[in-house]
Amino acid sequence: MAAAEEASRPFAGLSDVSISEDIPVEGDISVPVGSSRRDDEFSTLDEPVKETILRDLRAVGNKFIHVLYPKRSSALLRDWDLWGPLLLCVTLALLLQGGAADSDDQGGPQFAEVFVIIWFGSIIITLNSKLLGGTISFFQSLCVLGYCIMPLTVAMAVCRIVLVGGSGTVSFAVRLVVVTASFGWSTFASTAFLADSQPPNRKALVVYPVFLFYFVIGWMILTFSPSQ
Amino acid sequence: MASPNDLQFQEFEEAAELLSADPGASTLSMSVSNTTTAAAAAGGGGGGGGEDVKLDLSEDEEGQEESSELLGGQKATGGFWTFEYYQSFFNVDTVQVLDRVKGSVMPLPGRNFIKHHLRSNPDLYGPFWICVTLVFSVAISGNLSTFLSEMGNPSYHYRPQFHRVTIAAVVIFTYAWLVPIGLWGFLTWRQGAERQIGGYSFLETVCVYGYSLFIYIPTSVLWIIPFEWLRWTLILIAMVISGSVLVLTFWPVVRDDTKVMAVATVASIVVLHTLLAVVCKLYFFQTAVHVPTPAPTAPPIQMTLATQSH
Repeated sequence: MAAAEEASRPFAGLSDVSISEDIPVEGDISVPVGSSRRDDEFSTLDEPVKETILRDLRAVGNKFIHVLYPKRSSALLRDWDLWGPLLLCVTLALLLQGGAADSDDQGGPQFAEVFVIIWFGSIIITLNSKLLGGTISFFQSLCVLGYCIMPLTVAMAVCRIVLVGGSGTVSFAVRLVVVTASFGWSTFASTAFLADSQPPNRKALVVYPVFLFYFVIGWMILTFSPSQ
Repeated sequence: MASPNDLQFQEFEEAAELLSADPGASTLSMSVSNTTTAAAAAGGGGGGGGEDVKLDLSEDEEGQEESSELLGGQKATGGFWTFEYYQSFFNVDTVQVLDRVKGSVMPLPGRNFIKHHLRSNPDLYGPFWICVTLVFSVAISGNLSTFLSEMGNPSYHYRPQFHRVTIAAVVIFTYAWLVPIGLWGFLTWRQGAERQIGGYSFLETVCVYGYSLFIYIPTSVLWIIPFEWLRWTLILIAMVISGSVLVLTFWPVVRDDTKVMAVATVASIVVLHTLLAVVCKLYFFQTAVHVPTPAPTAPPIQMTLATQSH
């Protein structure tokens, strides 16, 4: 309206010019029909609940497959989510229970200790990578580190199955091989995803904490001893 | 960084040559500088003229190095609430970290760790990750040594003893961070108002202590070998190496103090370092004490009684 007034002052001499009534100068407050049609394409409010859950599950499963066959792809980094790491962390912490831990405090890690090690370890490694000049974002790094725990979780499940058969030297040797292989796989997978975002002369400084992180988790898995 | 300085220096030389070629065009003030620069240039004092030029420039490396040494090497950029402030503590490359670790393992007399290896660029990467590695290596090696020493015992059931990680973390991080705070505070208090170049900044003290703990990592792994004499020998070697790094670093600072205080400071540094090693060894690597079964001990008692009766 102010613009209209300012525009009308230069044309003061034309005050006798009248504006015909059929020029629409009023706005339409109602929402046009066309834009609601555009909204329907992105609105997920009306879809069935199964579809909503399956979409997230499919994204998580897709990332699991990327960890199984690690190659330098950015799919894991682009759409990060923390559902997978949470699922893996809870599974690993649950599998580490039922050992010699519950009877006295000389046993393995408690549920909360596993949680703290995994999440605080990931946060500290991410902070370390960012402080050294990495270009990866905070949550992307958490996502990668969490998803790459999957080989170790699989190894934990295998170890528990092996321990059902007995806990002698043979089972220890089998467990050692399985845990070592999965530890190497985890470290290799995470460095394949994280390598590009680090400055070139500091790669080893960033990879070493990741190595230590998976080594500690592998140690927790290997030393799991069932209660008698 | 060298090329802009050279370009500016050369421009000055060309201008001086132009002025000397056409003296009529220069004013009195210009001729004064003209003669000095001409004399300096003529006398092969490219460095002399360069020195005049370099002192005026504020962005040469020598000036920065001197001022940063006076300030104790703290080149913090931004306030402590910004991310860049903490990023300045991680400004190291892989090669630099490896070089510092090497310097902490091989102390040479006369080579001050801070002056030779840190060179006004203390980092927090080394101390932090060396402490974390030491925590896990001590806990894991202790667990392994307990397992190996109890292997022949049929009543022993393996336990991971995961609570030791927490205890190790508390002990090592307390040592690596509180002792440098105390030492730095004490040295600063003794230095008084004289802020000489001898004083170390807080970061440099933490850095030296962190890197000096590196030798304990292979020592703790070697402690798995179940021979007592070997363990004490390893403690001695590690202490000598690590303690000499600390002594060589801090002796030039306390040397100017009174004799008693100097010796007391250095002695307390060494004693605290020894205490850490011994406490770690005694707690995490306990040798198993077997309760002797009654049958083997009975005959020796009878034998001693028999010999005594003679």
